[in-house]
Amino acid sequence: MAVLTFREALNQAMQEEMERDQNVFLMGEEVAEYDGAYKVSQGLLKKFGPRRIVDTPISEGGFAGIGIGAAMVGLRPIVEFMTFSFSLVAIDQIVNNAANMRYMSGGQFAVPIVFRGSSGMAGCLAATHSHRLEAWYAQIPGLTVVMPATPSDAKGLLKSAIRTDDPVVFIEHEVLYHERGEVPEGEHLVPIGKAEIKREGTDVTLITYSRSLKATLAAAEALADQGVQAEVIDLRTIRPLDLDTLLTSVVKTHRAVIVEEDWPYCGLGAGISDRITQRVFDELDAPIRRVAAKDAPIPYNKALEQSMLPSVDRITAAVRDVLYL
Amino acid sequence: MVQARTEAKPIVNRTQAQVWLRQMMLIRRFEERAEMMYQKGNKIGGFFHQYSGQEPVAVGSIGVLRENDYIITAYRDHGHALARGMSAKAGMAELLGKSTGCSKGKGGSMHFFDVEKGFLGGHAIVGSHIPLAAGVAFASKYRGEDRVCVCYFGDGAINQGSVHEALNMAAMWKLPVVYIVENNLYAMGTSLARSSAVEDLTVRGAVPYGIPAYSINGNDIELMAQTTRDAVNRARAGEGPSFIDAKTYRYKGHSISDPGKYRHKEELDDALRNDPILKYQELLRERGWIDQEAIDRMAEGVKQEIEESIEFAESSEPPPLDALYEDITTAPFIPQE
Repeated sequence: MAVLTFREALNQAMQEEMERDQNVFLMGEEVAEYDGAYKVSQGLLKKFGPRRIVDTPISEGGFAGIGIGAAMVGLRPIVEFMTFSFSLVAIDQIVNNAANMRYMSGGQFAVPIVFRGSSGMAGCLAATHSHRLEAWYAQIPGLTVVMPATPSDAKGLLKSAIRTDDPVVFIEHEVLYHERGEVPEGEHLVPIGKAEIKREGTDVTLITYSRSLKATLAAAEALADQGVQAEVIDLRTIRPLDLDTLLTSVVKTHRAVIVEEDWPYCGLGAGISDRITQRVFDELDAPIRRVAAKDAPIPYNKALEQSMLPSVDRITAAVRDVLYL
Repeated sequence: MVQARTEAKPIVNRTQAQVWLRQMMLIRRFEERAEMMYQKGNKIGGFFHQYSGQEPVAVGSIGVLRENDYIITAYRDHGHALARGMSAKAGMAELLGKSTGCSKGKGGSMHFFDVEKGFLGGHAIVGSHIPLAAGVAFASKYRGEDRVCVCYFGDGAINQGSVHEALNMAAMWKLPVVYIVENNLYAMGTSLARSSAVEDLTVRGAVPYGIPAYSINGNDIELMAQTTRDAVNRARAGEGPSFIDAKTYRYKGHSISDPGKYRHKEELDDALRNDPILKYQELLRERGWIDQEAIDRMAEGVKQEIEESIEFAESSEPPPLDALYEDITTAPFIPQE
């Protein structure tokens, strides 16, 4: 199997889908002539031309809306936000128009669009450029929210997202772009709404997604050395949540720790914890613990930023906590 | 600025003119009866924005479009939907929140939709649908079609950033879209003079983007039609967007709860004296295209059609409670509860 970087896997997914379906096009800032701010769209202009690889001015609200309008009449736009931090400027379009259109029109209009781009704390980008907005978007009925953690899932989920007839918020992580991994060639579709058990275990369930998967797997490794078998679940899709996979695991392990890069208060883990607790409270031998970012704006200073993140130490400490070790 | 002309020869023939007159009368009656139902029957909820006084803008412009063109508008949307041929029944049922409504009772007054008629809503965040219109036009151009999107918004929307983002891209990419400002002089209770540094909206919406602008009396229905036809022809020819500042006047407040105290009585009286429907009746009588007897018959027919729409709406079923989860996504929806 070919080994690709995360960004190459995304690029391959877009190429294949654009070859398959004339209605698919890519639009965003610097996606064409610059070959992508993060080189995810590298080579696509050369291959598909300016009709289908469309550079936009710095007008996130405007081009997000243009994508939605085009999707309402049958095109399948991929709208790239240079980073999801900039999607805040377009949030009216995403929430009011993309997510609500089908409902408000009584099912008459679909919005088959993918909003994709990088996100997260990527190193010295400070408060405005390091947002993690998955919990914001995951709250909205009508949106599907996807966050791949591996190159293989990046390709397979993006292909599935492009084929979905509903608006998908596809959040990549900037620090994952250079990660390498095996990626199946051709028709590789990862189903939306399905989590994946990345490591089996019996003592505690670690629930995570996107960039935090790496620290979580490292923590599981460290815990194994201490005789604790952690099961690690990569959510892959944030909305709809694959609750069945989570519940099956928690019923087995009776303990859960949620690892996430977003803020703690009203963060994604709060919602996940609530749903697990509602369903299998009696199965839990300890309160669900969360390892989230610290509750502060994202600082520029590298050490400060690093201290915000879920680390192996913070994860293992939380696990020892729920195991009463 | 391109000055719109009134041609010596009318843009319409007699039959079409009668259709337009009837549509305007239908919209007026629809709005008046719906408002009565809102106020007396307590049957309509939420925000309700009346279109009375602005009928020629929608009817004249939509009257020159092809069946497969697209229309998108803001929240004062009943008139455009009816002008496009959506049934009064579907509109009235929507106002009553019934499952037979044009949006199955999910959208209400501000969110009328009719996919069959190319009517893409009813949008209630001011300025938010202006990019959507450019997107619809983008799709038309992308596919090499000559379908045009006509987009209506109020004068207040010119102050929203998304409007200018969309106008810039529409102009740059020569998208087949016609932007029509229904300039009724008030953004809710704030007059144009109190909200726009420059009162000539073409200077704000068209000139900066090199978009041809027309500033016209939107209540002259045939001028409205002529101007729209020029703009649409331009769009179809691949020459890009146009911007029509259609001056008009709304008789009622911004919404049903607004008594309109921010404007002088004389201003409203003056508008009512120049009522565009009465004016058009007069013009058609002068041309010998209709007589008073025919107008009376038309009014009676309109009255009946609206009463039937009310009966239809009242006798329709409300959506079942489990419709709450319907039509959220095309994929089976899983409530995250």
